[in-house]
Amino acid sequence: MSELPPILSLRHVSKSFGAVRALQDVRLDLWPGEVHGLVGENGAGKSTLVKILAGAHPADAGTVLVDGRELSPSGPSDARAAGIAVIYQEPALFPDLSVAENIFMSRQPLRSLRRIDAGAMRRATAELFGRLGIHLDPGRPARGLSIADQQLVEIAKALAFDARILVMDEPTAALSGVEAERLFSVVASLREAGAAVLFISHRFDEIFALCHRVTVMRDGRWVSTDPAAGLTVDELVRRMVGREVSALYPRTDAAVGEPRLEVRSLTRHGVFRDVSFTVRGGEIVALAGLVGAGRSEVARAVFGIDRPDAGEVLVDGVRLPPGDTGRAIAAGLALVPEDRRQQGLVMELSVERNATLTRRWSLSRLGLLTGGRERAAAREWSERLRVKTARLTDPVSALSGGNQQKVVLAKWLSTGPRVLIVDEPTRGIDVGTKAEVHRLLSELAGQGVAVLMISSELPEVLGMADRVLVMHEGRLVADVPRAEAGEERVMLAATGQGGAA
Amino acid sequence: MTAAGVLGGAKEGGRLAHRVLLVRELGIAVALALLVGVTVLVNPRFLTAQGIKDLLLGATILAVLAVGQSIVVITRNVDLSVGSVLGLSAFATGSLFVANPGLPIPVALAAGVLLGAACGVVNGGLIAAARVPALVVTLGTLYVFRGLDHTWAGGRQINAADMPPGFLRMGSGTLLGVPVLTLFAVVVLVAAGYYLRGYRSGRELYAIGSSPAAARLAGIPVGRRVFAAFVASGALAGLAGVLYAARFGTLDANAGNGFELNVVAAVVVGGVAIFGGSGSVYGAALGAVLLTTISSALPVLGVSPFWQRAAVGALILAAIGLDRALAVRLAKTLRGRNGHG
Repeated sequence: MSELPPILSLRHVSKSFGAVRALQDVRLDLWPGEVHGLVGENGAGKSTLVKILAGAHPADAGTVLVDGRELSPSGPSDARAAGIAVIYQEPALFPDLSVAENIFMSRQPLRSLRRIDAGAMRRATAELFGRLGIHLDPGRPARGLSIADQQLVEIAKALAFDARILVMDEPTAALSGVEAERLFSVVASLREAGAAVLFISHRFDEIFALCHRVTVMRDGRWVSTDPAAGLTVDELVRRMVGREVSALYPRTDAAVGEPRLEVRSLTRHGVFRDVSFTVRGGEIVALAGLVGAGRSEVARAVFGIDRPDAGEVLVDGVRLPPGDTGRAIAAGLALVPEDRRQQGLVMELSVERNATLTRRWSLSRLGLLTGGRERAAAREWSERLRVKTARLTDPVSALSGGNQQKVVLAKWLSTGPRVLIVDEPTRGIDVGTKAEVHRLLSELAGQGVAVLMISSELPEVLGMADRVLVMHEGRLVADVPRAEAGEERVMLAATGQGGAA
Repeated sequence: MTAAGVLGGAKEGGRLAHRVLLVRELGIAVALALLVGVTVLVNPRFLTAQGIKDLLLGATILAVLAVGQSIVVITRNVDLSVGSVLGLSAFATGSLFVANPGLPIPVALAAGVLLGAACGVVNGGLIAAARVPALVVTLGTLYVFRGLDHTWAGGRQINAADMPPGFLRMGSGTLLGVPVLTLFAVVVLVAAGYYLRGYRSGRELYAIGSSPAAARLAGIPVGRRVFAAFVASGALAGLAGVLYAARFGTLDANAGNGFELNVVAAVVVGGVAIFGGSGSVYGAALGAVLLTTISSALPVLGVSPFWQRAAVGALILAAIGLDRALAVRLAKTLRGRNGHG
């Protein structure tokens, strides 16, 4: 393997977003016929690396070599022309267009006068689907496809232009066991054909089963690259986290009180069904499962953003009217959403405006917001949460991801919630801030708040939760107390292989 | 979920989507047929050869503008400046003939199209350079172009007597019973429809409107395509200006004032989604015909002119309501079939 030159080579690649240094001096070599694992915690810089390879972001410094030639893509089409195909964690399809068009966009087979040959395109799609064993109608629109199906369409897209370097960013996160197996056989056949695969995954069993070598990243830096055969899971985790796990998860035991949040048979057709659980005061309950299992959707329905088709939500024994966010907030619910930039913050507004947004009525006098009370409230909360900002009047967009998350938390904590739902509270934030967010959640539980935490990070789930609820394909499949919760048990339940409600 | 289940669900979803598309354009055609039918029952003279000619002539200019607007709306943008571009181009055509009475008609057409395209370059350039929503930019250029028109015209009026008779004959003449101007619109419509369906860059316009982020990741030159869409819309508005001059002969700085909203209405009624990614120029053209027919049918039906605008408004709301209902039903079906378990 090593006598051949690497097909892809990254040297001293760095990239910053504003004040956040996403990548620093990263190196990586990929040889033809190799499946190379890339692991690291969320926020370690893997996705940024993928974006640079895809040509979506330019690197600030360093070089990317393909076949020994420097690649400085001015856009995704250049990277694609060099033979790099990227399969993203979140598929990027065109919902209004047909599946076949999604696969062949900008590369449609042509007939005379450069017209699109729709028949040939359909046949080629059907042939690709046959190779992958996908049963989809090439003519149907991409809208309404499940995440697993969208992922498969993305893979077909990469195969359609004979990519030599295939970058897969957590491709199996939303796939069932059978679908993942099928994907692995496709990966194996690509590798035998001489392609190089960069495989990013959080599932160690997959990493060890598929990969020849494994690169570990942490906090935007390269940590190590070793043959997979000489590694153990423990060793990988230690390199990924870089510190003792216990310090990251300062969970203190809290007295468990009365049921605060009760969810009974909550159903939204085609998304989740018959979901029932209880969260007590002082308890942190994790909602685990794969991406697309319906966890965030349950949270949205509980909070009243989406109206459930059946079932009810009770806070402190009082039934909430379905689909009424205002009443949910009044009842003491707070939701810290998954996507803080889109749903949690008004990016252009100042830190203080954002932090007091949920309390604009109680802080106002005669319907007018006077600056003084807003400022005082914002200062109090940013001090309590240790938000690092030069001035409270700075726009939130200038803050780092971790500090933005703290502002979202401040916004909701200042309402004095009795039930706090946090969706992926530490996604994309650095390890230090992560520990602070965890400390905060722990403190809140200590004060008697019922916390429902949705998280895709198993260590976080296992480190923080008193109880772990596991969802699989829209159903609650397991309810595991802390003492019995292990990585394996939760993962098995999440992939639909065992575990009982 | 078994493989057979997925297959069945997917097939059904595809067919359903196809049916919805058909229904959408058929729906406008049926509404048009109903409207014409009822009006003919009330007044049989509505559908004489002359009546049809009037209807087509009336719809022609709106249809040309609607085709251009659809190209822009499909990319999730909007061009509000088309009315002003039409006015500018119409007055330029008139002035050109006043200055050079012997000017060949194709030269006038080319000049109008080029002037419109230049306005489109301004729009597209501002949107690309300033990264400001098209709505705001074209709202600005709507007033700027109209202001230029007013400054240039300075209260002057160009009359039919100033134009060459051949040009005016083009405006009123027919070929096999079809107005010559309408033939322009048909050529534009078929060319645009064929381009959007059959060419890579045409499909990329749909992709951009469907998901701008995914389009960027797919390597589509989003900025360039959107720019081109605005140039096309401007060029068609320029063409519409020349047609306007040929049809009415009398031109001042107010030609095409307020047209932009009629055009957007025609496009929306015609089933082009205002959020981009779906719809066809054929639907938009049908929408233009339907809107023009309504405004000439309502007086025949004895509806007070005060109610005519309300009727147009109701039609827009009905079209949007229909789109929404169909989308919800489609989403439900697709969700149910693909659902977990």
